[in-house]
Amino acid sequence: MAVKDAGRAARSANRASAREPERQADPAELIQLLTPEGERVEHPDYSLEISADEVKALYRDLVIVRRIDFEAIALQRQGELGIWASLLGQEAAQVGAGRALGARDMAFPTYREHGVAWCRGLDPMKLLELFRGVSHGGWDPTAHNFHLYTIVIGSQTLHATGYAMGIQRDGAVGEGGEAVIAFFGDGATSQGDVNEAFIWASVSNAPIVFFCQNNQWAISEPLERQSRTPLYMRAQGFGFPGVRVDGNDVLACLAVTRKALQAARDGQGPTLIEAFTYRMGAHTTTDDPTRYRLSAELEAWKLKDPIERVKQYLIRTEQAEMSFFDEVDAEAAAVGSRIRAGCQRMPDPTPDSMFDNVLTSETPQLAAERAEFAAYLDSFLAEEGAR
Amino acid sequence: MTTLTLSKALNEGLRKALENDPKALIMGEDVGKLGGVFRVTDGLQKDFGEARVIDTPLAESGIIGTAIGLALRGYRPICEIQFDGFVFPAFDQIVTQLAKMRYRSLGTVRLPVTIRIPFGGGIGAVEHHSESPEALFAHTPGLRVVSCGDPADAYTMIQQAAACDDPVMFFEPKRRYWDKAEVDTDSGLAGALPMDSARVLVPGTDVTVLCYGPMVRTCAEAAVAASGDGKSLEVIDLRSLAPLDTETIFASVRKTGRCVVVHEAVVTGGIGAEIAAQVTQECFYSLEAPVLRVGAYTTPYPPSRLEDHYLPDLDRILDAVDRTFAY
Repeated sequence: MAVKDAGRAARSANRASAREPERQADPAELIQLLTPEGERVEHPDYSLEISADEVKALYRDLVIVRRIDFEAIALQRQGELGIWASLLGQEAAQVGAGRALGARDMAFPTYREHGVAWCRGLDPMKLLELFRGVSHGGWDPTAHNFHLYTIVIGSQTLHATGYAMGIQRDGAVGEGGEAVIAFFGDGATSQGDVNEAFIWASVSNAPIVFFCQNNQWAISEPLERQSRTPLYMRAQGFGFPGVRVDGNDVLACLAVTRKALQAARDGQGPTLIEAFTYRMGAHTTTDDPTRYRLSAELEAWKLKDPIERVKQYLIRTEQAEMSFFDEVDAEAAAVGSRIRAGCQRMPDPTPDSMFDNVLTSETPQLAAERAEFAAYLDSFLAEEGAR
Repeated sequence: MTTLTLSKALNEGLRKALENDPKALIMGEDVGKLGGVFRVTDGLQKDFGEARVIDTPLAESGIIGTAIGLALRGYRPICEIQFDGFVFPAFDQIVTQLAKMRYRSLGTVRLPVTIRIPFGGGIGAVEHHSESPEALFAHTPGLRVVSCGDPADAYTMIQQAAACDDPVMFFEPKRRYWDKAEVDTDSGLAGALPMDSARVLVPGTDVTVLCYGPMVRTCAEAAVAASGDGKSLEVIDLRSLAPLDTETIFASVRKTGRCVVVHEAVVTGGIGAEIAAQVTQECFYSLEAPVLRVGAYTTPYPPSRLEDHYLPDLDRILDAVDRTFAY
């Protein structure tokens, strides 16, 4: 009995110790250019020449994106949105990757890539439309080279891979080439589609970057429910490089994604980037993380906040006056007010628009259903009139 | 006019599709070097190259998922799912993505993806190789679902599917792959019957018999047999299951007053059930008898030694025809 118990204790201790380093990420594996304290560090493989203005521009993105998220959560609480998937804590991963993209590169997001959407120039109102229930997205993916949000976990990684195969067939790899980036989370790495996308991309050497934001939690399930191996190491088994970057370090995310995109454009095939980050908020506004995770974990990650470290860096190196931070805050507040007002004014779609765009041409059956529905609605008007 | 098997007619149609549009692609398992397990894509990779006739990894969700991405990039993929029962790993991509993406995008996105599926039984195959899952797709808004019944339709309809800007589920009657008929490969698509129109195959006056795919030939044979008994069957090849050409169906039933729907698929919740509901609603005062369905029993596909009992055949069709006269 005693031996058995001891074995059990050892096993559970192993599990605990296996879990700890994973949550902390081995510093030797983690690409970092800016420490949580705001200190600039060098990495042998990822040098980054970046001007003060460029760092300030990234800071502006981070602050505005967080403000959009903050406003959206408030709008949901006030009943203006049905639901919202917060990106709190993942701003650096998304802005770093988003700003690494060239105008001709194509991005395939999940439903949480509000920061990437911002970097691609998509009006945040389009995101609010989706979460308000006014549309399922409804933006033109070609307008900003930013595909529609995909809600089914991992499906978009195959779309991104197919798109990248199209780039190859267009001869748009090599000098002046184009690349694709597919966003997904740690939970998605268990999906068959993501693994199939890795295989397809690998055997066809497609110009694609797989950008996994490992935010440690798939709703209530911690990473160890998805993987026994660090996620970036999976790439090796599929035959392409995988790297782990500090997902709360916007400079490192920018440098690592830039390099991977350039490799893809040059014809060197796919890269998996694991952005090691943390979902500081709930999965969505309907979720309650206090049921499954300790507040100490959140407190520890708050010390690694992706925005604060950039601010500290700018202050420490005297690259920005205090007035700069005030200006950015004011601009973020203005964006917040704009989307708040816009959301409150946003009209519902007309009822018969639900029949639109099922196919490229309306079938007789659908036309009949549309007419029947219109007549049904009109019958209420006639009744009103008769009264 | 040339005499072609249905398989070769598809092959010629696919060749035309590749010739007519440089963005057309063929992708699937074993479609390249091997030419497909039924040789439908035979010789196409040799003539159009590996970039346009793609031997894919062995994963159906991957085939459809990457086809969607290629379509978003401006390509027109024609995918092969090797057998009916293997479509289900791709079911998620077809139903949640392919069928809904245009709707999701408010019409900004077009998805010209054709998915070819050899379907139906009668070839003595092992499990998962004889199924008829078409109703699952006809039930899904955002897809067009069609089936060819003879070599001439195979030749034109596959080209129409490839040229269509919507996703098309293209069901090929695998036990008819070796049927031969005259095919006009010289005239283009301009004068062809549209893909979503039904065709009156055998005109008649007493009973409307509706069918598609592998049952087209069987129903035509039933019409000959019935005429010996003095009954005139009007056999209609539906060709399109989503949308249904209800105009043609209703016109026939209003004339004959009797309707039998024949398919290999399970009758429960099937195409026949949908047609029966619509015919009852729209032709109620013309009907002399309830709409009857002839199809598979509500069981999984049985071992092949039993399939002759399971599949509708000439006698079961004639039996249903007789029953419509009993009311």
